[in-house]
Amino acid sequence: MSALRVQALDTAVLRSVDLQVEAGELVFLSGPSGAGKSLLLRAIADLDPSAGQIWCGDVGRSSIPAPVWRRRVGLLPSESGWWDEQVGGHFPARVHDRLGLSELLARLGFRAAVLDWEVRRLSTGERQRLALARLLVNRPEVLLLDEATANLDPDNRGRVEAVIADYRAEQAAAVLWVSHDREQRLRMKGRRLTIRDGRLEPEPGAGTGLGLHP
Amino acid sequence: MSLISLGSLDLALAAGLVLLLSALSWRHRLGVERRMLIAAARSTVQLVLLGLVLKVLFETTHPAPILLLALVMLSVAGWEVLARQQRRYRGLWGYGIGVLSMFLSSFSVTVLALTLMIRVEPWYQPQYLIPLLGMLLGNTMNGIAIALDGLTRQAHDARDRIEAQLMLGATWGEAIADIRRDALRSGLIPVVNAMATAGLVSLPGMMTGQILAGSPPMEAAKYQLLIMFLIAAGTGFGSVAALWIGSRRLFDERSRLRLDRLASGRR
Repeated sequence: MSALRVQALDTAVLRSVDLQVEAGELVFLSGPSGAGKSLLLRAIADLDPSAGQIWCGDVGRSSIPAPVWRRRVGLLPSESGWWDEQVGGHFPARVHDRLGLSELLARLGFRAAVLDWEVRRLSTGERQRLALARLLVNRPEVLLLDEATANLDPDNRGRVEAVIADYRAEQAAAVLWVSHDREQRLRMKGRRLTIRDGRLEPEPGAGTGLGLHP
Repeated sequence: MSLISLGSLDLALAAGLVLLLSALSWRHRLGVERRMLIAAARSTVQLVLLGLVLKVLFETTHPAPILLLALVMLSVAGWEVLARQQRRYRGLWGYGIGVLSMFLSSFSVTVLALTLMIRVEPWYQPQYLIPLLGMLLGNTMNGIAIALDGLTRQAHDARDRIEAQLMLGATWGEAIADIRRDALRSGLIPVVNAMATAGLVSLPGMMTGQILAGSPPMEAAKYQLLIMFLIAAGTGFGSVAALWIGSRRLFDERSRLRLDRLASGRR
């Protein structure tokens, strides 16, 4: 599908970020809190004003309406917002069965009845997994994940990791994943970057460089 | 029936009740005496001034001073809307949204009523224009202030909810729709309630005034109905306009939620 290309992006914290994530590639991003990881993801999803160029495949960010861009470049925030009382209200009605939603929910450890549950009774971990489900039914070409497994027990973390790995393989999606979990970064065998002094660098001991410029 | 003129002693007696209430509040530390007294003093000065101004205005039919008074009323209403916002829009928008939407609704509805319904000749005759505009401005001001405050306050509190929808590809209009609907409802509740209970629970102020001034009750009722419909329409259109401009301003051209366009909360 499409690669994610970021060129000379200025966010509130980071200056002149260059980054490329190929179609089907997994890139981990780590760094101290406050280093600007989440803000970088928000800027790529065009949720905060930022200067610079971003492409999804050969489509530039500014050349298409922002809602269309955000469907293609999907962001999973570390804390998800819920606007309907029931879980099902957060999934577009027409995709319910056609795109295998119940299979996706099952893989994340839910029965289809979860759609009738009330959001306020969900645990943090359940919210996190359901937020991933509602993002994936949009079929984004690029996944931006912010601490996607931070509140999960090992079983559910494994489920989420498997779902993301399969989605990446099947859809050839570019995945940029902010993760504090060093073992996860090593286990999932992606390219690893870290933020140091406001710059993206290969994580020490990561072995690979920025990919484009080894 | 004829008009019974009020003497200063009659007014002083009524004012005495307010003083009594303030004393009670002061004695029991209820904390409203200061505000109550200031508001009572303000209304005394303002209404006496208005009475004097109207007395002069009613003798002229020159449009310039009448228009000037109308503009003064509008700009004061604009400040009042602004003062009631917990989270104001930064810059001119804070004042502009309220004034513009009040101008659109109150002025147009007033002119419509004067030319099409009451058919005053000329339409800017102050005896009709000023009271009518005052009624409309006063009510639209309340509706718009409540609606705008609801919009900005809720948008601020529901940032996660709004942005979650944006992240999944919603347009700004879809993402704010719930909150906008809610804000409109709270802005219109006072007017709807006033219409629903008019005549059963409360005698509306204007009808009371007309009856006290000696008008036949049926005439007073008809005028009250006219005014009430105008107020409902004016408040409704004004709140819709304010919410539309206000919610548009909460997002930029890339459908990003821009809470930085609101000043931080007061109080």
